[in-house]
Amino acid sequence: MRGAIATPQPVGHLGRKGYEGPPVIDLENVAYSYGGGELLSDITLRLTPGSFHFLTGPSGAGKSTLLKLLYGALMPDEGHVRLMDADTREMTRDDIALARQRIGVVHQDCQFLNHLTVEDNIALPLLVSGRDMLAEDANLRELIGWVGLTHRAAALPPELSGGERQRAALARAVIMSPDVILADEPTGNVDWDMSQRLMRLLIELNRMGKTVMIATHDLALIRAAKTQVQARVLRISGKRLQLAGADL
Amino acid sequence: MKLGLKPLRSLIGRDAGADRVVPPTGYTASLTLFAAGALAFLAVFALALSLATSRLADRWSEELARSSTLRIAAAEGQMAAQTEAALKILETTPGIASARALDAAEQRALLEPWFGPDLPVENLPIPQLIEIIERGDGYDAAGLRLRLEAEVPGAVLDDHSRWRKPLVRAASRIRLLGWLSLLLIGATVAAMITLAARAALAANAQVIGVLRLIGAHDGYIVQAFVRRFTLRSLGGAAAGTVLGCCAVLLLPRAEVGGGFLTGLGFQGWHWLWPLIIPALSAGIAYLATRAAAQRILRDLP
Repeated sequence: MRGAIATPQPVGHLGRKGYEGPPVIDLENVAYSYGGGELLSDITLRLTPGSFHFLTGPSGAGKSTLLKLLYGALMPDEGHVRLMDADTREMTRDDIALARQRIGVVHQDCQFLNHLTVEDNIALPLLVSGRDMLAEDANLRELIGWVGLTHRAAALPPELSGGERQRAALARAVIMSPDVILADEPTGNVDWDMSQRLMRLLIELNRMGKTVMIATHDLALIRAAKTQVQARVLRISGKRLQLAGADL
Repeated sequence: MKLGLKPLRSLIGRDAGADRVVPPTGYTASLTLFAAGALAFLAVFALALSLATSRLADRWSEELARSSTLRIAAAEGQMAAQTEAALKILETTPGIASARALDAAEQRALLEPWFGPDLPVENLPIPQLIEIIERGDGYDAAGLRLRLEAEVPGAVLDDHSRWRKPLVRAASRIRLLGWLSLLLIGATVAAMITLAARAALAANAQVIGVLRLIGAHDGYIVQAFVRRFTLRSLGGAAAGTVLGCCAVLLLPRAEVGGGFLTGLGFQGWHWLWPLIIPALSAGIAYLATRAAAQRILRDLP
C-alpha cells in the first residue's frame, strides 16, 4: 500500500471548504482488547469530509483508545480501519506516518519539545515533512495569530498556561491543513471561557471543511457547541458505539 | 546494507531540522565524547604496537633468515689456517652470497655490552666468527655442516634458526594481540555508543512520541539521533587520536641499543594509519545508533 496516501499540502491557509470524496476515516466492525478484556466491540464509524462529531462516554469507556485507532496509533484486533481509503493493516509505518500528516491530533496533556519555542513547535510538522520553512513563514504567523499566541511565539512550552498549551497544540495540529482533526479532551485542563474559545476555533476549522472529532465527557460543552454547529454525538456504552440520545 | 552517499550527505550536510528536534544536552553527550576520545587514544597505541611489532617481525625474519654465523675454535697458531679453509668452503657453497671473517674491532663491539670497552680481544681465547650472507633460497645447512666437519673440525655453524623462530613467533603474536586489541576497542565503541544511544532514546521518549504523532517517519527520527551520535563520536575520536599521536611522538625513538621497547611508534607513511580511527569510530557509531534507534522505534505505535 506504499504510496496510497497522497502527500498533504501545507495550509493555504485554513480555508478549504467543500471537500468531496470518500470517508476520510472508516472503521468497520472494529474490536479492540486491552489487558485481556475486550474494550471495544463491533465499532463501525465513517467520518465523512466536513462532518463534526463528539465522542462521549464515561472514563475508561475507550474514548482515547478509539481515537488512537482513528489515527493508526493502535491496530484493531478485529475489523478494519481505513485512513484515506487505505487499510491500516496493509500500511507500512511510513504510510501511517504520512497519513498522520493529514490527521491533526490534539491531546489533553499536549506534549511539546520543551527545548524549542512555541513557534518552532507549531512549525514542527512542516519541518519533519521537509517543507520550505521560509515559504511557509507567512502561513505560520497567520496561524499563530489565529490561535492568539503571537505574543507567546518566542516562549518555551513550559512557560505557557494550560489554555495557551491547548491552543499551541491545536495550531500544531492544523499547520499541515489536515483533512481531519481529532481532539482528546482538549478542554480538560482549561476553564470554561478557554473551553469556549477552543471550541470556537474547532468549529471554525469545521466550517473551513475539516472533519472534526472531539472526545469529551463534558456534556455542557457539547450542548453549548451544538448551538453553533451541526454535530453528531456518539457515545461509547457497553463496548459499543451508539448515537447519543435527544438530550444531547 | 545500503551505504551510499546519501547517509554521508545527511551527516555532513547542514540538516538543521533533524538536528534541532533532539534536545542538545544530556549526560550521554559528554559520555559519548569522553568514551570515544579515550578509546581512540588507546586505539592509537594498539595500532602503533601492531605496526611496530609487524616491522620487528619482518626485520627479524628478513635479516636473521638471510645471515648465519660460523664459529671457529682452534688451537693457537691454527686459527688463521682454519679460518682460511672455512672461507674457501663457504665461497664454493651454493646459496652463499658472501662470507667474511669479523676483525678484532667487530668482535670487540659484539662483546662490549657484556665486558665493557677496551677488552683485549687479541689476548683472549675467543673463537673467530665468520659472517655468512645467503642468497636466493639459501644453502644446504646439513650438507655444509658435513663438509665443515671433515675439513674444519673446530667450526660450528649457527644458522640462527634456533632462536630466530621463537622471536619471530613472539613478534607475530604481539602483532596479533595488537590487532585483536583494535577489534576489541571497535567492539567497545559499538557497545558504548549503543548504550548511550539507547539511554538518549529512552530519555527522549517524549520527543519521539511527539514526532510520531505529527507524522515524522522513522527514518527522520533515526537520522536525528544517528547524526548527533555520529558527529559526537567523530569529534571525540578525533581529539583522542590527536592526543594519542602526540603521546606516541613523545616516546623514545628507535635505537639499536634500546632494543624492542624504543621502536614503538609510527614510521613514514604509517603516520596516516591513525587517520582511520576517527572515521572508523564515526562509522561504528552510525551503525550502532541506527540499529538501536530502529529497534526501539519498531516497538512504538
